[in-house]
Amino acid sequence: MADLVAVFLFVGVIAYCVLGGADFGAGFWDLIAGGAGRGREPRRLIDDSLGPVWEANHTWLIYCLVMLWSGFPTAFAAMTSTLYLPLGIAALGIVLRGAGFAFRKASIRTPEQRVYGAVFALSSVLTPYCFGSVAGALASGRVPTHGNGNAVTSWLNPTSALGGVLAVLACAYLAAAYLTVAARQQADPHLLRYFRDRAVAAGAVTGVVSIAGVFLLRADAPRLFHQLSHRALPLALLAALCGLLGLALLRAERTRGLRATAAAAVALIVSGWGVSQYPYMLGTHLSLQDAASPDATLWVLVGVACAAGVVILPSLVLLFRVMDRAEAAEPAAPETP
Amino acid sequence: MTTAESLAHLPALAAAAEPAQLLPAREQMAFTLGFHIILVPFGIALTTLMLIAHHRGLRKGDAEALLLARRWSKAAAVLFAVGAITGTVLSFELGILWPRLMRDYGSAFGFPFAIEGLFFFLEAIFVSLYIYGWGRMRPWAHFWTGVPVCLAGIGGTASVVAANAWMNQPGGITVEHGKVVAVRPAEVFFNGAFWLEFWHMFLAAYIVAGFVVAGVYAVGMLRGRRDRYHRVGFLTGFVTAACALPLQILVGDTIARQVFDDEPAKFASIELLPVTGSHVPETLGGALVDGKVRYGIKVPDMASLLAGFKPSTTIRGLEAVPADVRPDDAQANIVHWAFDVMVGTSFLMLAVVLWFGWLWWRRRSQLTAGRWFLRVASVCGLVAVVCLESGWVVTEVGRQPWIVVGHLLTRDAVATKGDLWPFFGAVLLIYLVVGAAALWVLRSMTRRWRQQGDEAVSVPYGPERFAGTSTGKAS
Repeated sequence: MADLVAVFLFVGVIAYCVLGGADFGAGFWDLIAGGAGRGREPRRLIDDSLGPVWEANHTWLIYCLVMLWSGFPTAFAAMTSTLYLPLGIAALGIVLRGAGFAFRKASIRTPEQRVYGAVFALSSVLTPYCFGSVAGALASGRVPTHGNGNAVTSWLNPTSALGGVLAVLACAYLAAAYLTVAARQQADPHLLRYFRDRAVAAGAVTGVVSIAGVFLLRADAPRLFHQLSHRALPLALLAALCGLLGLALLRAERTRGLRATAAAAVALIVSGWGVSQYPYMLGTHLSLQDAASPDATLWVLVGVACAAGVVILPSLVLLFRVMDRAEAAEPAAPETP
Repeated sequence: MTTAESLAHLPALAAAAEPAQLLPAREQMAFTLGFHIILVPFGIALTTLMLIAHHRGLRKGDAEALLLARRWSKAAAVLFAVGAITGTVLSFELGILWPRLMRDYGSAFGFPFAIEGLFFFLEAIFVSLYIYGWGRMRPWAHFWTGVPVCLAGIGGTASVVAANAWMNQPGGITVEHGKVVAVRPAEVFFNGAFWLEFWHMFLAAYIVAGFVVAGVYAVGMLRGRRDRYHRVGFLTGFVTAACALPLQILVGDTIARQVFDDEPAKFASIELLPVTGSHVPETLGGALVDGKVRYGIKVPDMASLLAGFKPSTTIRGLEAVPADVRPDDAQANIVHWAFDVMVGTSFLMLAVVLWFGWLWWRRRSQLTAGRWFLRVASVCGLVAVVCLESGWVVTEVGRQPWIVVGHLLTRDAVATKGDLWPFFGAVLLIYLVVGAAALWVLRSMTRRWRQQGDEAVSVPYGPERFAGTSTGKAS
């Protein structure tokens, strides 16, 4: 029962990584797109692609939080009372990011847009770093069962740093890959090459950091390393394969299947973490079973997850399809005046 | 007492052995919830107003109503975005500020939020579809994408209210050795306080959104923009709020009696009643000083009459509450004053509604001609927000010192490590900036509507080119 809810929770984590992650990554590219003139075109594409979906994407975070605190309240309290610094920063980052993005779209004067845009972009990098470091803290067992762990070393440590950097990089890679596809849909060869180059770079750096990270984990989180190299090995290998396939597709400027390949690579890495962690919620000291709520609550959560599958998924598909179709119907739209 | 002195007394609000984090945690929760609650009515009711206008526009070919619906949807998009992010912060705060609440009662208190998450998800998806659908979908199909937004808003409110009502009247749990060992979800969700609290919040949303919307157009008409567009905008908002208000007063009256029955400590604070007794007068204003009621206007027997329909009704005073969990004078005063403000503002608004009814009856054609009526109507939105906030203070402060009545004290639930003041400071600063920016964005949106027409404004959902192409066609 607890395992089932954990699986549903983890599906939410993966969805947040591949959907919300791409949003964060788009913020990363927005940040380094250069001045108002040079960055105009990439930023326009980012706005276009993000606009319709960003709110829905970030709802996955709410889903994860509510599943976690209702299903595994002990673990949630232990996390928040230990990792309140990165979580607090992430929460503020989410406010600034959402507000910055929304207001930039709703304002038209360049100086205003620049301020809102900078806020949006900076917090888009800070927030995934914090989430990545939280994941690192959980994976390396730095959150004690009863909470109130060390507020500093719990998230400023090698594994958390690796988690944070990987999160930022993976987000950037995902976003660049998605934006490459979006540029192809808009038949914009310049932007296509722009984001393709960036996707290749981000993908390559992510790969290198991942390999370096393996050695780091061996020293800092031996259990995670052991599980990753045994039980989760197939997932890790598949992730690597997807990463390579993605790079090959990008090199060939083939956009068919690119989004799925990029998303699969990230989803596989995250699942690798989940599988390595099983059956523990925190390090090796709090199991899913011990952290779980009474059964009746878990049943409600299963119901919620099933309802989400029945109601939310078709609506999401509808949303994405309407957006895609409308874009395809209007290939040559005039520039925004 | 000067303000500085009263502020110096604030830390003494709860019992003597108060953890250092309690004050910042409570202030931060109060501030962020107080901020978020202003946005909630727009998520629930502005979307309904928008659909009412949209329906009228399609049914009767009313171009102005259609334009209103379109513009309201854009304003709703901005407010929805701010509501979504401030709501996200609240969910982090539940864990960061109140870890023991979540650890010990997350299995019961937490799951209504899971249901809320579902509704919120649905709302976010269909808001995107609806905003994006203008001019892109067939008219009626587009209208129907707005309906789930509305319904999901109602469902989401019900879920959050269920969690809050559960803190006031917790039910459906079995506790052994301080640990929840069994949960009966239906009893948790539909707890004793749920239905009335839900209707109270639901109607409040329509009152706030209706009056605020009406206020915007009242100001427009006062500035000389007396076209049909402004009239329809004003009437749609005002009439909706006017219908909800009398119902709200009935519901409120019923809730007061339910609080009298089920939450005696809160009721004693509301009535400012230190000593148990019958023939209790209704004290308007006034304050508890050293355990005695001072100042204020007393209406003989009124409190007893309202609570039990006869003057001999006995009302339990604060003395009936065990000393270690008894609200102190300052807290009782806050609750009492908040209650008086809530009831007072409600009747003020009711007076304006009656005025409107009289105008309607006398001279329907010049309904909105009177400048004084418009002036008064234009501040009703603000009054409604004050009313909403004070009602929320009554229920939240009135529950103290408990966070879950009878189970967990607020001071035991609070975070014990770190320093929450910097977090509170950062939140305060960011929220003020975000709030100001949201108002500024809305203002510049309306200005552009007036200067350049509807299509010049894009919102956080539709892609940029949508606005671009439409402008191209329009010019």
